Amino acid sequence: MATVIEGKGGFRAWLNKRMPVDQFVADQLTGYYAPKNFNVWYFFGSLALLVFVMQIVTGIFVTMHFKPGEATAWNSVQVMVREVPYMWLIQPMHAVGASFFFVVVYLHMARAMLYGSYKAPRELLWIIGMLIYLALMAEAFMGYVLPNGNMSYWGAQVIINLFGTIPGIGPDLVEWIRGDYGIGDATLNRFFSLHVIALPFIIALLVMLHLVALRQVGSNNPDGIEIKEKLGKDGLPIDGVPFHPYYTVKDIVGVGLFLTLFAVVVFFAPTFGGLFMEPPNFEPANPVSTPDHIAPVWYFTPYYAILRAVPDQKIGALLMAASVVAFLFLPWLDRAKNKSIRYRGAASKILLGTFFITFVVLMWLGLKPADGIYVLLARIFTTLYFLFFILLPFVSKADGNGPVPDRVTYHAH
Amino acid sequence: MSDHAATDAVPEVDESRRKFLIAATAGTGAVGAILTAVPFVASWNPSESARAAGLPTEVDLSKMEAGQMTTHFWRKKQIYVVKRTPEMLASLAGHDGELKDPESKESDQPDYAKNAQRALNPDVLVLIAVCTHLGCLPKTRFTPNDATVMANWPGGFFCPCHGSKFDLAGRVFEGSPASLNLAVPPYTLEGDKLTIGVDANQKGNA
Ligand code: HEM
Ligand code: FES
Repeated sequence: MATVIEGKGGFRAWLNKRMPVDQFVADQLTGYYAPKNFNVWYFFGSLALLVFVMQIVTGIFVTMHFKPGEATAWNSVQVMVREVPYMWLIQPMHAVGASFFFVVVYLHMARAMLYGSYKAPRELLWIIGMLIYLALMAEAFMGYVLPNGNMSYWGAQVIINLFGTIPGIGPDLVEWIRGDYGIGDATLNRFFSLHVIALPFIIALLVMLHLVALRQVGSNNPDGIEIKEKLGKDGLPIDGVPFHPYYTVKDIVGVGLFLTLFAVVVFFAPTFGGLFMEPPNFEPANPVSTPDHIAPVWYFTPYYAILRAVPDQKIGALLMAASVVAFLFLPWLDRAKNKSIRYRGAASKILLGTFFITFVVLMWLGLKPADGIYVLLARIFTTLYFLFFILLPFVSKADGNGPVPDRVTYHAH
Repeated sequence: MSDHAATDAVPEVDESRRKFLIAATAGTGAVGAILTAVPFVASWNPSESARAAGLPTEVDLSKMEAGQMTTHFWRKKQIYVVKRTPEMLASLAGHDGELKDPESKESDQPDYAKNAQRALNPDVLVLIAVCTHLGCLPKTRFTPNDATVMANWPGGFFCPCHGSKFDLAGRVFEGSPASLNLAVPPYTLEGDKLTIGVDANQKGNA
């Protein structure tokens, strides 16, 4: 794209001859044009990257004191936070970081749904994002099992047994995943290996592919119109600004706000009222005592509510799987001409708004016991959840085709 | 070598031979990769020591009173052993219509427990205490007519996780998320000696 600043000599020239540093900066940062009308929703990609790095760094330090295994895991966590200097801070940073990761990723996904960012030509970008999301769920689940608290134990029991519902191979598969007849040393150690090596590596790779795909098609924006279609005389998008310095500076503001909020939670409310760290997990695993009411951490509860809403094991597990996988098909379920919700009719707005509310209500229901009114509500909202995916093709086709502005809407600050 | 330099003519490429060689190389490589995956995948199966720890568990029933339940471990799973009273056995009748699998056709049990009482000897109930929904520990709710469980409750087990209900033979009620009756492990019964994990068929019925 842009031309490389020729180094006058010295180290810079020596370096660039051997590695295209300046070329990379010119192509990817100063020469990469992003739409000028980004809003706060566009913070969350860079924030996801930040949390990922934070999890890796805090994770490296937690691993230094953690002893995986049935007999040692629980104690090693107690010892590290009580006796190792500053681990009272670093360990909760890692635990709270997991919840923040999901806050950021859910908002990042909501943005894509608001502005139709999953639509052509960004289908692959969205699918890679979904693969990141799936890998992240596996990573978070295994991390939660590692300390071998009582909720770790019973949560793992419930989740691993979900695989037992697969016809034919189910029971053998469950034994294979655990490596024992119940959750034991074998299970905890393989989860440790996956949590610390395999999955972070896979996520890092997927994030890289996510960014490569993003650079290829360019960012969408709140208006959902392609800036590449309006080029100036210089061949650059009229409605674009160089990523650096414009968006690096904007993202730094997001980072500042985010870290402030993060610090407040880590210092003053690390358990977040039992949401980020659940009370039963302050007791060691006890195979003879199921907590009175088992709930996963908040970021899994929408799917958990769907699982429990169904009075049949296999269908429940199937619907739960479907409720996650459904997102993969959004690029093709959405048949509107326009991308952004701004240029769609009232029906589309109500549909998407209802879906967001449904997701949050299911999240709440998944934290409640599965009896009485909650079961009924879970059934109603599960129906609404799937109705979104069923109605989307028709609603989007019918009212997503109105006029869109010629240029992005933008007011100078 | 010098031949090439001497003639300009590029020898004709034998496309079909090239295709065959590519396919053969790729095919052999793929088979090798799959075979190499076998040890890695198999390494996740239970180890010898995990299998050895799954040895049979013995229970002395003489110390149990009628109506009492004791819990034991076998293969990392809790086992419930209930010495059923005549009233408890009577409570099994009359609600077949409310059960998902009253005759235990789909459920998991040795064939000597595939009967109305789901037991070798009706007085002794042996169950794997793993909810067939998703594996929580069902709690005992032996008192009949406990309305907090459900109306006309005959007595049985209640799973706190997602509310599955089982009668005193571990048979699951309609409306539960669990679909199968609680599993019965293989066991033998010789007088008051219960051995969990040794199949009565293989020992010659006790
Ligand atoms: C570790 C997790 C993730 C990281 C580090 C990450 C990173 C990023 C970054 C830096 C951007 C550009 C900045 C922005 O648009 O906010 C972006 C864009 C995007 N991401 Fe992600 N992402 C992650 C997860 C996901 C997930 C789970 C999805 C969806 C399932 C997703 C879908 C998208 C889409 C569709 C865009 C383009 C949005 C647009 O241009 O309007 N990403 N991502
Ligand atoms: S695990 Fe018992 S009802 Fe779900």
